[in-house]
Amino acid sequence: MSADRKKSGLPLLLVNARIVDPASKRDERGGVLVENGVIVDIGPQVTKQNAPVDAEIVDCGGHVLIPGLVDMRVQLREPGEEHQETIATGSLAAAAGGVTSMVCLPNTHPIIDDVSGVEYIARRARETKRAKIYCYGALTQGLAGRDLVEMGMLSEFGALGFTDALHAVADAQVMRRALYYARTFDLLIVQHPEEPTLAAGGAMNNGELATRIGLPGIPACAEVMMIERDLHLVRMSGARYHVAHVSTAAAVEAIRRAKQEGLRVTCDTAPPYFSLNENEIGDYRTFAKLSPPLRGESDRRAIAAAVAEGIIDCIASDHAPHDVESKRVPFVQAAAGIVGLETLLPVSLELYHKGSLSLLDLLKCLTSRPAEILGLPQGRLAKGAPADMVLIDLDKPRRIDVTSFKSKSKNSPYDGRPVQGAVLQTFVDGRLVFATDGEG
Amino acid sequence: MSAETRTPNPFFPHRHLLGIEGLSAAEIERLLDLSNRYADMTKDDSTARALLRGRTVMNVFFENSTRTQTSFELAAKRLGADVTNMSVGTSSIKKGETLLDTAMTLNAMRPDVMIVRHPDSGAINLLSQKVDGAVINAGDGRHEHPTQALLDALTIRRRLGKLQGLLVAICGDILHSRVARSNIHLLTKMGARVRVIAPTTLLPSNIDRMGVEVFTDMRKGLKDVDIVMMLRLQLERMQGAYVPSVREYFHFFGLDYEKLSVAKPNALIMHPGPMNRGVEIDSEVADDINRSVIREQVEMGVAVRMACLDALTRDIVGSNR
Repeated sequence: MSADRKKSGLPLLLVNARIVDPASKRDERGGVLVENGVIVDIGPQVTKQNAPVDAEIVDCGGHVLIPGLVDMRVQLREPGEEHQETIATGSLAAAAGGVTSMVCLPNTHPIIDDVSGVEYIARRARETKRAKIYCYGALTQGLAGRDLVEMGMLSEFGALGFTDALHAVADAQVMRRALYYARTFDLLIVQHPEEPTLAAGGAMNNGELATRIGLPGIPACAEVMMIERDLHLVRMSGARYHVAHVSTAAAVEAIRRAKQEGLRVTCDTAPPYFSLNENEIGDYRTFAKLSPPLRGESDRRAIAAAVAEGIIDCIASDHAPHDVESKRVPFVQAAAGIVGLETLLPVSLELYHKGSLSLLDLLKCLTSRPAEILGLPQGRLAKGAPADMVLIDLDKPRRIDVTSFKSKSKNSPYDGRPVQGAVLQTFVDGRLVFATDGEG
Repeated sequence: MSAETRTPNPFFPHRHLLGIEGLSAAEIERLLDLSNRYADMTKDDSTARALLRGRTVMNVFFENSTRTQTSFELAAKRLGADVTNMSVGTSSIKKGETLLDTAMTLNAMRPDVMIVRHPDSGAINLLSQKVDGAVINAGDGRHEHPTQALLDALTIRRRLGKLQGLLVAICGDILHSRVARSNIHLLTKMGARVRVIAPTTLLPSNIDRMGVEVFTDMRKGLKDVDIVMMLRLQLERMQGAYVPSVREYFHFFGLDYEKLSVAKPNALIMHPGPMNRGVEIDSEVADDINRSVIREQVEMGVAVRMACLDALTRDIVGSNR
C-alpha cells in the first residue's frame, strides 16, 4: 500500500477475507469497504467487482479479518518512566500485536488524578496517531487510598473508568464511598483484587514451591477476600465494578455468583493466568514475577475454563514494561509484570487452537466485550463502526521472539514459546498502522 | 412548673416540639397560620409583648450557632419572656458532665421552655424526658430541625399561597442534613412532592422510603420544580471523603442559572444558611431578588419561633389567653 493512500482519504477496500466478528457472530468470506475511517459496507457482496473506482484495494488472501483488539489494561509508562516505554513505542507494540485500542493505568508520574493528566494522554495519543489510547483516572488522589478523585470531571474529559492501578483500595469505607460516588455518574470502577495486608511482603504464590525455594508467599485467598468484600459494597451501591486480572478459581466462583445475582460485575484476566503456572518461576526467573502472582496449576485450569465459559468477560494484556535493571535483581526485589501487547493475541489463540472455545467466543473477549464494558463504539466490524481491523494468519506456526518486539522493554516469559497465529496488517480508522513487511 | 399545673392544650396537644415527624397536617397548618399572624405583626406589638411576661426561656446550645440562637432569642423577647443563653458546648461538656446532669442542673432553674440544639441525633428526645418545661428542638444531629422546616413552609406559603401540589427539590448534603429530614416530613405531609438531588455519597440509604424521588443529576432533578432548596455542604466533607473537591461539586451540583433553567420559570430559591457561595450556590442566583427568598426565610424564622413558643405555653395555668 502506498504512502499516498494513507494521506489521501480514498476509499479502502479489503476483499477476499474471512471476516470474523464476534459482535454480529459473523464468520464468512467477504470484504469490507471503508470510507473516511468508517466501515460503510461489509459482507460477501463486497468484492473487487463492485469496488469504487478510486478505491485502494487490499487482497486479504483468504486470511482472517477481525476487529482490532481492545486492551483494557496496559501501562505505557508515559509520563514519567519513558526509559521503560513511551506512548509512541507502546503504540507501535500495540499495532504489531493487533491492538487498536488500549486503556492505560493512571500510575504514571505524575499520577493521572486530575483533568490535566487525562488531557495529556489524549494529546499524546493524537500526536502518535497509531493505536487509540485512553486512560483510567486514579480512584483516589495520589493513589493513596483515601480521598476521592474528581471522577465526574475526569470522565467528562475522557477517563473511561477509575482505579488505583496496582493497589487495591484497602479501606472499606473509602471503597464504599468510591462506589457510591461513581454511581452518581454511572462510572466504572476497576479493582486490583488483592487483600493488601495479606499480600504484603509476598513475592509469589503461597504454596509448596514458595516453601521449597524460600520465597514469601501471597495466599491465593487474598484475591477472593477482596472481591467478596467489594461485592457486598457493589450490592449496596449498585455501582459498576470490574475486577482486573482474575487469577484464582475461588475468585471465578465469587464472580459467577455475583453475576447470577444480577450485580453489575465484570472481570478480565491476562494471558499468563491461563497459559502459565507458578512453576514458570523455576530457578527464580523474575520474568515470571507478576502481580497477582502466577498461581498453581488448578487455578490456571480454572481461569482457562472460566474464559471458555464466559464467566471471565475479557482478556487484557496487563502490559507492564520494565527495564532490565528492574528484573535483573533478586526475585523479592524484582518488579512485577511483563510486556504483553505483542503476545496477547497469539497466547490467547492457544485457547482456540486447543479447542477450549470457538474463535468467535475467544475474539469476543478481546474485542467487543471490553469495548462494551468501556462504552466504546469500536471492537466490532459492522456498518458505521470505526474501521479498526486486524488481518491475521490464524494458523501460522512461529516462535515468540522478544528481540522482534516493538516495545521498549523485553520482559516476557514467553520468549521462544511456539505459538500459532500472526498479525499481518493492522488498521486504525482505515489507516494502515502495521504490516508484517515493516510498513506502517 | 410541675405536671399538675398543666391543662389540656387543644391548640397544640404536645408538650414538646421535638420534630415534624410526630405532627399532623392539621397541627402544622395551625402553627403556620399562627406564624403568619406573627409575621404580620409589628416588632413591638403590645399584646404579643404580654404573652410570655414572667416566663423563662432558656437557649441551651450544645453546638455553636449564631443565627438560630439569635432568632429564638428575639422571638422569646418579642413575646416578653426572660431569655438566657447557655452555650454549653464551651463549658460543661468539656468539664465532663453528662447531658442528663446538665439538663437536671438547668431544669432546677425552672425554665418554662428550653430551646436545645445538640450534635447527636436523639439527644434532645432524651433530655425532654427529664425536664419539667417544654422543649423545642433547635436541631439534633442529622435528625430534625423542626422550626427550620416550618419557616421554610411559611416562606413558600406566603409566596405561592399553598404547599399542596408543589414540586420541591432539596439539593446537596442530604446525608448529614436535619433540615432535609424535617422538610421531607413537612412537605410530604402537606401534599407537596419532594425530590432529593445529590451525589450518591451524600444520599442516606433508603431515602426513597421517606417518600421522595431520588436524583443524582441536577438537570433531571430540577426539571419543572417550583422550589429549589439548597443545603450547605461543610468544607471538611468536600475534600475527598464524600465529594472530591469544591470545583467538582460546584460543577455538577452547584446551583447556577444554567442548571436552574430546567426548573419552572419563576422557581423560588431557598437556603437555610449560612451559604457557601461558589460551592453549592452561585452568587448571582443567591442574590436574585426575583427568585431568591433566602433573606425572607430568616425573617420568617422569628415569626415561626414566636408561634412555637406561644403554642407550647398555652397549657400553662395562669397564661393570659
